[in-house]
Amino acid sequence: MRKKHDWMRETYQKSTERMPERKVAHRTLSGIAPDPLYTPEDIEPFDYEKKLGYPGEYPYTRGVYGSMYRSKLWTMRMFAGFGTAEQTNERFKKLLAAGQTGLSVAFDLPTLMGYDSDHPLAKGEVGKCGVAVSSLADMEVLFEGINLEEVTTSMTINSPANAIWAMYLALAKKKGFDWKKLGGTIQNDILKEFIAQKEFIYPPEPSVKLVIDTFEWGPKNVPRWNFISVSGYHIREAGATAVQELAFTLADGFAYVEAALARGLEIDYFAPRISFFFDVHNDFFEEIAKFRAARRIWATEMKERYGAKNPRSWMLRTHAQTAGVSLTAQQPLNNIVRVAIQALAAVLGGTNSLHTDSYDEALALPTEEAATIALRTQQIIAYESGVTHTIDPLAGSYYVEWLTDKVEEEARNYIEAIRKMGEGTPYPTLYGVIRGIENGYFQREIADASYRFQQEVESGERIIVGVNAFKDEKEIEVPILTIDPEVERVQAERLARVRRERDEARVKEALEGLRQAAVTGQNTMPHFVEAALAYATLGEMMDVLRKVYGIYEEPVMV
Amino acid sequence: MNAMDRKIRVLIAKPGLDGHDRGAKVVARALRDAGMEVIYTGLRQTPEMIVSAALQEDVDAIGLSILSGAHMHYFSEVKRLLDEQGASDILLFGGGIIPDEDVPKLLAMGVAAVFGPGTLTQDIVDFLKREVPKRWAKAGL
Repeated sequence: MRKKHDWMRETYQKSTERMPERKVAHRTLSGIAPDPLYTPEDIEPFDYEKKLGYPGEYPYTRGVYGSMYRSKLWTMRMFAGFGTAEQTNERFKKLLAAGQTGLSVAFDLPTLMGYDSDHPLAKGEVGKCGVAVSSLADMEVLFEGINLEEVTTSMTINSPANAIWAMYLALAKKKGFDWKKLGGTIQNDILKEFIAQKEFIYPPEPSVKLVIDTFEWGPKNVPRWNFISVSGYHIREAGATAVQELAFTLADGFAYVEAALARGLEIDYFAPRISFFFDVHNDFFEEIAKFRAARRIWATEMKERYGAKNPRSWMLRTHAQTAGVSLTAQQPLNNIVRVAIQALAAVLGGTNSLHTDSYDEALALPTEEAATIALRTQQIIAYESGVTHTIDPLAGSYYVEWLTDKVEEEARNYIEAIRKMGEGTPYPTLYGVIRGIENGYFQREIADASYRFQQEVESGERIIVGVNAFKDEKEIEVPILTIDPEVERVQAERLARVRRERDEARVKEALEGLRQAAVTGQNTMPHFVEAALAYATLGEMMDVLRKVYGIYEEPVMV
Repeated sequence: MNAMDRKIRVLIAKPGLDGHDRGAKVVARALRDAGMEVIYTGLRQTPEMIVSAALQEDVDAIGLSILSGAHMHYFSEVKRLLDEQGASDILLFGGGIIPDEDVPKLLAMGVAAVFGPGTLTQDIVDFLKREVPKRWAKAGL
């Protein structure tokens, strides 16, 4: 067979002499510059067993389950939450009726930061970017009429994850649901908060301790629950490239594994319930390669480096969300197209769960109509596109296999650099990540990548339709969701009622138990559950720990 | 020192609980690259902290980054405190996730400009280079 470089020098060159290459960035969002063409020679020698394997078998490149979407589609799990628990409960029910197959809760900023709705710092923020939950009383309303044994719930909560999970479990107990039958996820990934989303409260070490409490307590008490969703989404949205997203997320995953091992937990005890959450952004093939590389790297490291024996410890199960940051305020209906392409990439990448953004999200939280279109996007892919007929359909593509290898290689370089920062310690990935957080490594990488991206947009090298090209003089109006300012008052009243009606002695005792556990290094989860059952508020629980652990202020850098 | 040598001084701030700082950092860096003196406050700033820093640093303009939906609250609080402190001539601008329908309300309360998603940093640079010298002229600087 004629060599590729001969074709490049002959036919390709002739063609570009007649018609020069277009002056746009022929680069992925990670800066990988693909050749104009891929051929068998780019991927040989191709060891199918080693690089891919079969679906449901190590190294899981082609998918974590043996029959993937032929048996069970990805979970259609639409992130939702705004205003009061009543309003969000209504939206949950509408989305379930519209065909979504799992719940996903978005909390407001005060809740995310561990403040009650009536805290001074909550002013102006209650219910604005998610639902306000300050105690079990709100949780009861939030899941009213929903059978927790039949639907799985994912909760995007980090610093207060232990407390919020405890409230959910307290609710389940009160309603007579069996904890052994509950399925769901808490995001609970504090390392990425320090790296990207910045919703941290306490310093890194006690924060990681609280996470590992769930690793220890979770598997034996709530065996079907994913006590962590190691996330790349936020890292990506903050400006990281696909390669950085992959590398930093997996590094975080390994850091948690090491922290759990440091506590003396058996790897196969906790690893099967570690789950992941990736962004799915614009560069179609790079995103597909990213998912495949993610599964392969996790499987090989968990087996070879960490010695896990249970195949379920090797399986990277993941949720995905289409890239919010790629959506535009200009010509918002175009976002429906962006989301469709991104969602397709996630499906071709083998995601296990998917949220699709609504077209109005560069403007406000989604309206019901916009959220429905986003859900329909998934349903159309699932039922009309035909891509589910066969598993990992792009395998064997010269480009996709080359790109999967390239993304893996570059991600591994980053992971090695992080481990180098932790060199000389017994847990190099854990200490590498923590040092990287403290010395600004991640901040710098992300800020540089996001500045580079903005420069490419401003120079016109990277086109964003409707923003720096193909603009419309006249913008269309789309309806947007507004949050009722009454939310703050409703929440304040509910909190006052909770404090009035609860058993104050029981609350005091529970909070003291929590404080003791924190001070002595015991597992905090049983105390969180007791406090939740007693109707201690989120703020009260978080304040106990604020006093024990202190609060963290990050180094300021641009 | 004439207006040609004088550097524009800008405070970029993240009010409230919102930790999404990508845009604030990109803007801060772009303004620095354009030759301005930029102070970035970091996260979790109260309106009091922002105004205090602005006065201490003797800035010409304050840029607020708000993606949490609490923009009406924070812009009005910062404006109120600036007016109270006799610093209403400091240009107040900002961006983030701010619905179109709220922009006229913000402008009416004295916010000089709102730069939403899709803004080019050059637009913010041009805005400051145009408006800040007017402030200097008025103050006899």
